[in-house]
Amino acid sequence: MSKAVVTGIGVVAPGGIGTRAFWDLLSSGRTATRAITHFDTTGFRSRIGAEVDFDPADSGLTHQETRRMDRAAQFAAVCTDEAIADSGLDFAGIDPGRIGVSIGSAVGCTVSLEREYVVLSDTGKNWLVDETYQVPHLYSYMAPSSLGCEVAWRVGAEGPVAVVSTGCTSGLDAVGHAVGLIEEGTADIVLAGATDAPISPITVACFDAIKATSPNNEDPEHALRPFDRRRNGFVLGEGAAIFVLESAEHARRRGVRGYVEIGGFATRSNAFHMTGLKPDGRELSEAIAVAMDRAHANPEDIDYVNAHGSGTKQNDRHETAAFKRALGERAHQVPVSSIKSMIGHSLGAIGSLEIAACALALQNQVVPPTANLEEPDPECDLDYVPKVARERELETILTVGSGFGGFQSAMVLSKPAGEIHV
Amino acid sequence: MSDDRAIITGIGATAPNGLGTEAYWAATLDGKSGIREIESFDPANYTTQVAGQVPEFVATQYVPAKVMVQTDRWTHLALAGAAMALADAGLDPAGMREYEMAVVTASSSGGSEFGQREIQKLWSNGPQHVGAYQSIAWFYAASTGQLSIMHGMRGACGVLASEQAGGLDVVAQSRRLLRRPDTTTVLTGGADHALCPYGMVAQSSTGRLSKAVDPERAYQPFTADAAGYVPGEGGAHFVMERADEAKARGASQRYGEVLGYAATFDPPPGSPRPPSLRRAIEGALADAGLTSADVDVVFADAAGDPELDRIEAGAIAAVFGPYAVPVTAPKTMTGRLYAGGASLDLAAALLSIRDNVIPPTVNVGEVATGCPIDLVTETRPARVRTALIVARGYGGFNAALVVRAI
Repeated sequence: MSKAVVTGIGVVAPGGIGTRAFWDLLSSGRTATRAITHFDTTGFRSRIGAEVDFDPADSGLTHQETRRMDRAAQFAAVCTDEAIADSGLDFAGIDPGRIGVSIGSAVGCTVSLEREYVVLSDTGKNWLVDETYQVPHLYSYMAPSSLGCEVAWRVGAEGPVAVVSTGCTSGLDAVGHAVGLIEEGTADIVLAGATDAPISPITVACFDAIKATSPNNEDPEHALRPFDRRRNGFVLGEGAAIFVLESAEHARRRGVRGYVEIGGFATRSNAFHMTGLKPDGRELSEAIAVAMDRAHANPEDIDYVNAHGSGTKQNDRHETAAFKRALGERAHQVPVSSIKSMIGHSLGAIGSLEIAACALALQNQVVPPTANLEEPDPECDLDYVPKVARERELETILTVGSGFGGFQSAMVLSKPAGEIHV
Repeated sequence: MSDDRAIITGIGATAPNGLGTEAYWAATLDGKSGIREIESFDPANYTTQVAGQVPEFVATQYVPAKVMVQTDRWTHLALAGAAMALADAGLDPAGMREYEMAVVTASSSGGSEFGQREIQKLWSNGPQHVGAYQSIAWFYAASTGQLSIMHGMRGACGVLASEQAGGLDVVAQSRRLLRRPDTTTVLTGGADHALCPYGMVAQSSTGRLSKAVDPERAYQPFTADAAGYVPGEGGAHFVMERADEAKARGASQRYGEVLGYAATFDPPPGSPRPPSLRRAIEGALADAGLTSADVDVVFADAAGDPELDRIEAGAIAAVFGPYAVPVTAPKTMTGRLYAGGASLDLAAALLSIRDNVIPPTVNVGEVATGCPIDLVTETRPARVRTALIVARGYGGFNAALVVRAI
């Protein structure tokens, strides 16, 4: 069985396009949350978001690609290009049948799906929508499988292509799925990652309805406060991260070590509530334990925990309990941080953005901070690396996700053995 | 003794031509179709006016009132199918070890009807009118979440969205999970429902839907009259488990073993490279350790589009030889069910193995030139030990699955 290593990274995130801009933001502790500009937010409870300043043409997309693709697909395409270039792989020389794709997304192409609905229904007047206003790619907006198609076409993949849509754990689960394909020998290379562009009226409204998002409209830069006692919900974000995931054997043959090796991955369901979390963190803890077991890692091996840290009252308590349960004493010694404090919660995409953050943390030997953490919640009593990034020797990192449906995911990443990838 | 073969021990079919596995199978062997004029809205002004609709489905029989309001009909169909599969397997997840049972479902369009209703409220009345359940009813993972809660299944979880190929991809993913020590049993399968006005208009944008209004003329794959497919709702769910676990608990029936699988993707549009379907079929046979001579029947994808039909018939003929293996498409009685479609074909394949009979492809005349296949158009008794199921998802997804009698 060959391990899977990340040998290329592509990122589109709030605060900047590209891996470099992404790491600059995270390591500086700045936040990219702001008042929403994508649409008029009058009448909404939460009017803030972490938006990407994105121009498809500037990022290299053609007019046809821009017309055809939803914003989430555009993010994925741009990330794919960066990841391929970063990997140094010559795809023309690889059997297309050995290249796979695994893309995660929670809400798929909802920006386009909603935009077109407004037209077809004549601004919500007609339930019997007018078919004569149908655009040619409408079906691709309803079926998120189109995100996998776009990435596959871009890279010429003819191996297995998957779209993983497990809500807010999609970004971890899609990469976990890709790891499975490599470990079982089905593919040598998988373009794996996740994308979401949820900042549209329907998605903002649905989180308003359950008060999951922060109403700190007057102070958007400091709105998302993970582990802080004043936290009052997450801030919706958007973005994508896509990786060239390669079998360690394939990478070794071409003299590349990669950023990180993905040692272990596991998912569990809490079977409790679609949005509610039991305070004990039992199932997330179990996912962590199984992921560590698969990675042959012990709690003492974990040098950094990239938290879900969504800044909702229940999540931060839930996962703090899960870390204590899974890591024991080590939970109190290891730095834990939430990059959502800086780039918001981009639903399905965030898990992959967090994997990218872990890979870059390892490369730079720096732990990104939890921004806006000023008044620690007594119930959240771990070392959350408040506000300022921290230099630290990093070998092995744990990253976790928790989402609607009760899904809990955990992944262990570590420094690959062998020659350094530049 | 350790026996880690992945076997299917429970089936729950929610099909347009029959609610419940035996009702579906009896109708299918009788050649009875569930395709008729759309009933959930007035389709008069739409290019596609017929669809496969699950008859007399009273969701409240399967879904508690509390869950009804927070779920789309697509999830109702999944909850019903899953309950049937668990009952058929004689399995109560409550009696199982804490994390040994996983849930993996396929979805292609999520809670379309629920979503249309909420977007309608937003744009007609304002953001405060969007209900609290939009956040959990519409997204593609809703069914997996509700299933795990309903039955207390806390093991691994998954949702795959590869359009029509998803129904096979989840079975392969379930087999992967069963090869790990922490999972012994998986509830899997797929369902879809997008028969609301916006869902239908979205589907018709591909240009692949049939425009015929006569239900008997609307979906005629592999014939010269092929002019699109009919969409439908529903699907099938399964209990899959390790053979040794099934034996240990005295499972009442074992429908078949999931023996081989492969998935491929077609080259980009306009590429001179050949389509990848043939490679998926060959890959599934190789994974199963079988040759084409071992396969007794092929359940076809049957796109109902002349070119796509030729590609599929060509791939089958290239692997098996022209007219060398019986090929059937019982989905001519249900329409294409997206994530539920290949799941329902898997149910049909397992029942074919159980009863040694091949269900028919209905409403088709002579097979088109360029489709050199033995298309089964009348219910055909035959020894069926091994079946191949083929599925393609819009955009280029190909999947092939081999199941074999125990």
